[in-house]
Formats: sequence, structure tokens, C-alpha cells
Amino acid sequence: MREKLEALQAEAIEKVQSSDNLQSLQDVRVAYLGKKGPITEVLRGMGKLSPEERPVIGELANKVREAIATALDNKKNLLEEAALNEQLQKEAIDVTLPGRPVKAGGPHLLTSIIEEVEDLFLGMGFEIKEGPEVETDYFNFEALNLPQDHPARDMQDSFYVTDHLLLRTQTSPVQARTMREYDGNKAIKMICPGIVYRRDTDDATHSHQFTQIEGLLVDKNVRMSDLKGVLLEFSRKLFGADREIRLRPSFFPFTEPSVEVDVTCKVCDGKGCNVCKHTGWIEILGAGMVHSNVLRMSGYDPEEYSGFAFGMGVERIAMLKYGVDDIRHFYTNDVRFLSQYHKA
Amino acid sequence: MYVSLNWLKQYVDIDNITPEELAEKITRSGIEVESIERVAPESTNVVVGYVESCEQHPNADKLNLCQINVGTETYQIICGAPNIAQGQKIAAALPGARLPGGVKIKKAKLRGVESHGMVCSLQELGIDEKFVPKDVTDGIFVFPEDTEVGTPVAELLNLDDVILELGLTPNRADAMSMLGVAYEVAAILGKEVNQPEETYQTSDSKAADLVSVKVEDAELNPYYGAFVIEDVTIAPSPLWMRNYLMAAGIRPINNVVDITNYVLLVYGQPLHAFDYDKVATKEIVVRSAKQGEKIQTLDDQERTLKGDEIVITNGNEPIALAGVMGGANSEVSDDTKNVLLEAAFFDARAIRRSSKHHNLRSEASARYEKGIDPNRVQRAGAYAARLLAEYAGGKVAQGIAAFDELDREEKQVKIDTASVNNRLGTTISDEEIASILTKLQFGFEQDNSQFTVFVPTRRGDISLFEDMLEEIARIYGYDNIPYTLPEGEAFAGKLTTKQYLKRQLKQYLQGAGLMETITYSLTSKKRTEMLVSPDVSEQAVFPVKLKMPMSEEHSHLRLSIIPELVNTLSYNVARKQENLGYFEFGRVFLSNEEQITEQPNETARLAGALTGTWMEQPWQQEKKPVDFYVAKGIVEGIFAQLDLGPVFQQAQVDGYHPGRTATVSLNGKVVGVVGQLHPTVQKAFDLKETYVFDLDIAYLMDQYEEVPSFRTIPRHPSVTRDIALAVDEAAHAGDIQRTIQEAGGELVQQVQIFDVYQGEHMEAGKKSIAYTVLYQDPTRTLTDEEVEASYNNIIENVKAKHDAELRS
Repeated sequence: MREKLEALQAEAIEKVQSSDNLQSLQDVRVAYLGKKGPITEVLRGMGKLSPEERPVIGELANKVREAIATALDNKKNLLEEAALNEQLQKEAIDVTLPGRPVKAGGPHLLTSIIEEVEDLFLGMGFEIKEGPEVETDYFNFEALNLPQDHPARDMQDSFYVTDHLLLRTQTSPVQARTMREYDGNKAIKMICPGIVYRRDTDDATHSHQFTQIEGLLVDKNVRMSDLKGVLLEFSRKLFGADREIRLRPSFFPFTEPSVEVDVTCKVCDGKGCNVCKHTGWIEILGAGMVHSNVLRMSGYDPEEYSGFAFGMGVERIAMLKYGVDDIRHFYTNDVRFLSQYHKA
Repeated sequence: MYVSLNWLKQYVDIDNITPEELAEKITRSGIEVESIERVAPESTNVVVGYVESCEQHPNADKLNLCQINVGTETYQIICGAPNIAQGQKIAAALPGARLPGGVKIKKAKLRGVESHGMVCSLQELGIDEKFVPKDVTDGIFVFPEDTEVGTPVAELLNLDDVILELGLTPNRADAMSMLGVAYEVAAILGKEVNQPEETYQTSDSKAADLVSVKVEDAELNPYYGAFVIEDVTIAPSPLWMRNYLMAAGIRPINNVVDITNYVLLVYGQPLHAFDYDKVATKEIVVRSAKQGEKIQTLDDQERTLKGDEIVITNGNEPIALAGVMGGANSEVSDDTKNVLLEAAFFDARAIRRSSKHHNLRSEASARYEKGIDPNRVQRAGAYAARLLAEYAGGKVAQGIAAFDELDREEKQVKIDTASVNNRLGTTISDEEIASILTKLQFGFEQDNSQFTVFVPTRRGDISLFEDMLEEIARIYGYDNIPYTLPEGEAFAGKLTTKQYLKRQLKQYLQGAGLMETITYSLTSKKRTEMLVSPDVSEQAVFPVKLKMPMSEEHSHLRLSIIPELVNTLSYNVARKQENLGYFEFGRVFLSNEEQITEQPNETARLAGALTGTWMEQPWQQEKKPVDFYVAKGIVEGIFAQLDLGPVFQQAQVDGYHPGRTATVSLNGKVVGVVGQLHPTVQKAFDLKETYVFDLDIAYLMDQYEEVPSFRTIPRHPSVTRDIALAVDEAAHAGDIQRTIQEAGGELVQQVQIFDVYQGEHMEAGKKSIAYTVLYQDPTRTLTDEEVEASYNNIIENVKAKHDAELRS
């Protein structure tokens, strides 16, 4: 029997090796290891053996069985792998063809700047306020220390709707409204982005509609040095960590002292170039300490509270930061302009 | 304000500083220097020449052949100027000269005759034509007879001067004069101010005998002074004066007028010279104008007065619009013999109103309306009288015929060192404050760290503590203020829910492939009448109209963003950018009054517009144009962002395609529209198929629940049933879907359309719609019976309500 088993093993393994597909391999498995196969038959005939021979032959039979099974498995793996490889080869595609485009939109450049500035000031603990664009003469002018007949009203010719309603010429009325809302007894830290309007003929540097962001901080003991500190922080975050700022005296009716704020030119690093008209500095903001009349009119006691305010033109910031050469681009919405500033 | 540095030098020492350094210092401490200009940087080798002879060119009618003596030599120069004549002293550019604009003078032959140079006009020497005296704009400039031959003209014509252009803010009216600028420069450089010499010789006449002065309203005119200067000779003013006027941007006219202008520039005090003999009544009455009264001003315009102007009259009729412009009836002319010189103080607001109403701005009104110095009125008059005596040969009558109720007091402002430092964040000492006040030439009394400042009347802008604070800060130097951060309590900065949602919605739309636009809020009347969303047009709304628009295109505030977006598409398509998807999150302005009196309702809308190809993959032959469902899908996404469920209903909306438009509703309220533009609108904007949406996003954001309540995640299995229905081809799948939802009962979690079919195997006029109904109860497993019951109810309802047949 031993010889028979060994012959069966050799014969089966020979057949396994010569199989070239999974079906014929399965046939070999059935033929040799199936319930009706020769090995089962050998095992069935074990009863005729002597008790000494039985375990020996039994063990041998199992070994033969395992050897065949192992050979079958190995061969199966080989065949499957070959089949997979063949399939993969068939599935190959031209990876150099273009991909399926994903439609990508994006924000308007002014929105990007506004959100960037908002985030900087949110980080410094400011909140964001909004107000109406059709504003009363009171909030747009009078509450900001610009009474009727004040010469500074000439600085910003306005679009009037009625004798006392106009399209706001600045976002400052939101400051006056916020001071009112805060009842004259709470600290205020806010910025107000928004659209404003002035009687300008649209050209490369003027637009009858544009965007401002103003900020206001009112508290006890606010100092001009705080204004410098906050604006330096802001300028460095917006324009780069190595920027410097400087203040120049100016005039706004609602602040006193009033200043204009310059930042060192990014293009030439303050050395002087065409962009900064060879001064090394670029004007980015107007600012100042809130005028006592403004505080008083909005319910804050100037003896107790002081504050600073600042304002910037968003288009101007965008033009400086990205070198945009014509303010009308922001409102023409040419897709070739808009898509330049998308991160898509 | 143009400041000639040669002129400024007479009042303050600026010899040791370059114009650029000076400009920088002025800018940094208070007044922006907008430009630094050299009058004529390139004029060299141009000298005064004497015209020895002047004959007609042998070969040219319009040219003259001149022999010009320049002292050392005589040059033959051909000149075409019509006013050249023998005996004149003129500006001769000699060979080798360079003129402004890069012109080089060389020896040349003109019509066969040699010319060794050129005789120059003022324009050719670099002076702006609008400042050149009128009598020589078309010809050469003739120097006074006593001018020395051979003198370089650059000196004589002040061509070596440097002009600073100051950009004055409205508060710095004090710097609208040479003396005012001198005080500013003196404060910056720590120098003294040299005052002009104002004394003069008088005649035997007395002004008070020659004219009487009456003022009706001292509020409007607290001071009126009349000087009388007799026996003047009208002639050109001295060359140096003409030069300074031209440098300041004022055209020289004659000695009398030039002197009033010159003094105005020195003191910032407007003066007016009347022809005394034309004020026939010998009487000056200052009063408010009468409504409808007429005056012809010096610019030859007849002006009808409104009634709130101040006028100077001769007792009968106006002879000047006070503080703005003189009248033609009393104008100084070449025949004038006697001059009545007005030096007055008028109310700033009244002059401003008057100038604004007549749209007439003059050097005088520009100063009056910003406030002048009460202590310079008489001084300026006196200086002018001195100059009229000196340069017009006049005899000045004694005294001033005057009305005087003018307040000339200096204002007092109290400051203390601690308050200054508290507000600036600085550590300025008492001594530094005292030193700054001294530099500013402000009088003060000091008690240790307490100061009482006597503000000079030239600085009408200073009356409060913070005004003084600014003076101290700017002279101390803003650069010397440290950087600190506010010490108040720390706030947490955070977007409000709506601000957050706005950002989120924008991000969603960008992710959905749309680009954000920002368009103008001001639009044309025509555009306020088109493409208004039904939720807006169903209210009684009116567009807000500007009182004085700059153009028709920007005359009204918009009622809808859509026309602007459509216009933007049109702009881009015209530039061959044809596949576009835009959105805008912006305001519209709705008034419920036809004649607006109150602020309109400003409400946020979210609108979009799409045209052209939406998806394209050329090599796979995929090209999907924008269609209704693309736009609707985006709208559904917007609602999903807000966790809200919209209802779409076919609708007829003006400007929209009647079969491809739906209103969008929430909770039974129409909140917007989505649809295709009507083909006629598309055509009007040169657009192909275009889809738009427009939503009342303000309302939708109001409906958003900040923290949506938790929904149990189902643990029990769901059951689905498919229903295929044959319905009329015009039936709306959404209506049937709602019927299924309602008839199915509470167990129905979702109804989805998975197939729509029309064609073969369908009866004509019918289509098939197939729905999958999903049943689920989060708390238990459903029984066949209850699902069956729901299903049967659905079938019954769709048959009854939609005439639907169940397809097997």
C-alpha cells in the first residue's frame, strides 16, 4: 500500500503541475482528494491492515493528501496571479489623457480681502457690524461732527435721495449707530465693512461705488499709542511681518488728532520705486482718536471714555496687494479678471 | 495752495534746507506737500536783450529781422511775434540755450537769412499759459524799460523758483496764506516769522469824509473797513509781483488788482478794490440780498440773487457779491483814478452758501468760507494801501471808514501734561510741552504741568483740548509715540450666525462652480422694472431714485440683482467668454413709498446666473449645457445648507420662460424664483439659453435653526416600494411626489424619482414617472400590513388626484 500511495502522490503532483487553468486544477482536486478519489479508497481499505501497519499507513496517507493539497493550492495561486496580471494588462488606460474637469468657482477679490481683514480683527477681539447704505444725513454727517454747512462736506460729494436721506459716503455711520446701541457705557471693539457711494465719475482710480472697512475701539483709557500698536499688528499681518508703518497728520471731522497711515512699500522694501512714487511709503489708512463731540453725541462721556477709529478702502488695498491697475475691474466682473484670484 | 519758496524766504529763513527736505518735514508734521516743482528747470543762456532795430524779413511778410543787443554782442534774430518792436527789452535765447521741453537753440537759416537765437514768450520759458497776462499770451514778453541788458531772465522771471503744492485739509485754512505757511515752517524748523512792513504815508484827505459805511447785520459782517486811495495810475504791477502771482496760479492784470491779490496771498485776507468814482453815492451799505435782485459779476455773468447772500451796495444797488466776487458796475479799469479798498470780515457760512448757490468759487470765497483771521483784516488793508502808494502812485486817505463789531479775542484752551500723555500714550515732559507751544508761537501761561494756551486767532481750527493735543502730537512727532496694545478687557471676536452662514453659502456656491460677482447697486430706471423676483413684485415696492443722478445708467437703486448679473454675462459673452456661472450675495433696496421719505428696506438677496456649457470632457464626447435642473440643483443645495426644504412650483414670471420657471417657496411663502430667461430677454442681452435664480436669503437665513435638534439614527430596517405611474405628459412630478408623501403617512421617510420616460410603449400624451418610497420607523420594525395599507392609500390618491394609472 505504501508504494501505491507514493505512486498516487507522484501521479497527482505531476497532473497538478501540468494543469494550465483553474478548471483542470479543480478536476485534479476532485479526482485525487474527492470522496471517491483513490486516497479515500486507500483509507477505506485500512481495515484489512494489521494494527501495527494501520497508523503508519494512515499517517502516510494523510501526508500524501497534504502534499497534494499544498501542490494544488500553490498551483492555484500561481494561476490566479497570472489571470489577474492578464486582466490588469487588459484594463490599462492612457493616463496622459486629460482628467474630467471639476467646475471651480471662487470668491470675488474684494470678498477675499474683506474676509482676510475681518479674520485679522476677529483674532484681535473685534466684532463685525453692518448698517444701512441709504443713510440719514444725521448718521452720515451730523453724528460724525459734520454739521450742515461744514466745509468738510465738500470732501465727499454725495448722492442724495431726499433732503435728509443719502447713499452713505462712508461706513462711519455704522460707528455712530454702534455707539448708540452700546448705550454709552460699554466698551466697543468693532469693524464695519460695507459699500459706500460718492459722486465720482468712474475712471481708473475713481468709482462711484466702492468698499470701505472702518474700525472703532472705545474704552476707558484708550491711547493713541494703542492705535499705533493695533495698526502695526494689522499691517504686518496683511502685508508682511517686516512692514513698518508711519503716521502723518491729517484731518477728519470725526477724529482729533487725525492721521493718515503709511506702510513701507512692499515692492521696493521702502527703498523707493514707481509704485510708492519714490517715497518708500504707501498710504493705506485714515485714522485718529474719536472726537469728543462724536463720543458725546453718541452717548459716551469723553471724560470717561476715549477711543480710536480707522478706515481703509478695500479696492485700494486690493490694488496695492495684487497690483490691480484699474478700479473698474472690480465691478466689471470680467471672468478673466475674477478667475485670476481663485485658488481652484 | 501753491507756495513759491523764493517768496516764502521773505517771511521765514529756509536757506539751509533743500526743497525736498522741507517738503518732507511739512508733510510729516501737518500739511501734505503734493508736489515739488521747479518753475523752469531747463532755461539756460536766456538773457535780456535790447531790440536795436526791427525790420520786416526780406522774404517773409510775418517775420521780423531784429538786431538784439545783449550787452556784450549784438545778435541777428528772426522773430515772428506780432508785438515785437524796436526799443523793447525782451528775453533772447542765444545759440546753445536750452528751453523747457528740451528745445535747443541753434544757429539757423530762415527763408535764406541767418538767425542767431530766438525771442521768447513766457510760455516758451515754461510758464503755464493760463497764468500769463492776457496782453502777452499771443506774443513775446516785454520787460520794464529799466531792466538791465544781459541779465539772465531766469532771475528776473523767477524761473529758478521752486513751487510746493500743498494739499490743505479743510481745518488748515490758516495755511492758505504765505504768512500762515511761514508760521507752520517756523514751528517745524524752530525759526522766527518776519512780518511785512504795513506803515504808509497818508494824504490830507480823510477816508471817513470820502465814504460812509453802514452794515445792516453785524452777525453776517462784523467788520467792514474802507480805505480810500486817490490819484492812482493804472499800470502793470512790478515784475517781481507778477512773478509771484503767476507762481501762485493767479494771472496778473494791473497794479491795483494785482496788489489786492498779492496781499490776499500774503495774509489770507481777501480784499476788493472798487473804482471809487463808480460808487457814485459815496456810500457803502452791506446787507442781505433781496430775492430776485440782480448783479453782473466780474466774470460777466448776470446773477439773480436768492436772498441769503450778503451784498455790498452803494445804498441803491449791489456793487459786489460780498466775499465772492465784485460787480462789473464798480470794476477797476484802465481809467480808474481813485480806489475804494474793502477789507472786511464776512460770516463763513453765509459766504459758503452764496458761493455754492451761484456755483462760483474765487480765491476770496475759498478763504472766507473756511474762516479768516480777525486780527489780519486791517493789517492786510494797511499793507495793500502801502503797496498802492508805492506801485500805483496813490495817495492814501487818513483812517478807515469802518463798521466794527469784530471779536478779536484769542481763545483759551487748558491742557495739562498728564492728560496729554494719557491720551497719546507718551511721556512728554512739561518742558517739552512749553517748547512746542513756543515753536508754534502760541502764547501760554504755565503752572508746573498746567497750561493755559492763548490760541492765536489765525488758528481758528483750535478750540478744544484735543485740538491742542493734535498740535502737540504733530510737532512732537507721531514717530515718537510708542506702539502699545489696548489694555481694556479682552473680548472674544466671533462671527454672528448670519455672518457665518453668509460665508458658508458663498463657499458652497463656489464649490458648486459659481464665481462671485459684485455689481453696482445703482442702476437704470429700466432695469428696476425687469426681472424682479415675484416675492418682491407682489409687495407694493418702488425703487429708490436719486435726486441728482450723474447718469441715467446709475439713477435708481436696484430692486433685483438679476439684471446686473445678466448684464455681466452679456459683457463676458461679448468677449468670447461663453461658459459662465455667477452668483452675487448683495442688497436690494425696497421702498414702500412712491415718494420716498423713510429709509428703504435693504434686504440681502442671493442670486445666480448661468449660461453656456456646464460640463465638458471633449475626448469623451461629453458636453452638457446648463439647463433648468443645474440651476435648480444649486438652489436645492442652498436650502440644504440651511437645512430647509423648498417647494418649487411652475410659475409665470415676467421676463422668464413661461414653461421653464418655478417659484421657490418655504412654509407656504414665495421666497424666490428659478428659471430660464425669456428668449426675448436673452436676445436683448445677446445671450443664449440662460438660467437664473434669485432668493430672499435674508428671510431664509432667519429660518435657519442654529442648533438643529438631534435626529435618532434608525436601528430598524427600512422597507422600499417602487411605484411606476402613467400620467398626462403635462403632469408635474413634484406635485405627484407631494401627494405620495402626504398619502403615504408618517412612515414614509423619503420619496425619490428614479425614472421619467416618454415614448415607445407609452400611450401618446402620456409619460411614465417611477418613484421609490422608503418606509421606516426609527423605533420598531415595520409590518407588511401597514406598509401595504400605506401603499394602497398612495395608489388611490394618485389615481384620484392626478389621473394616474399604475404601470405593472
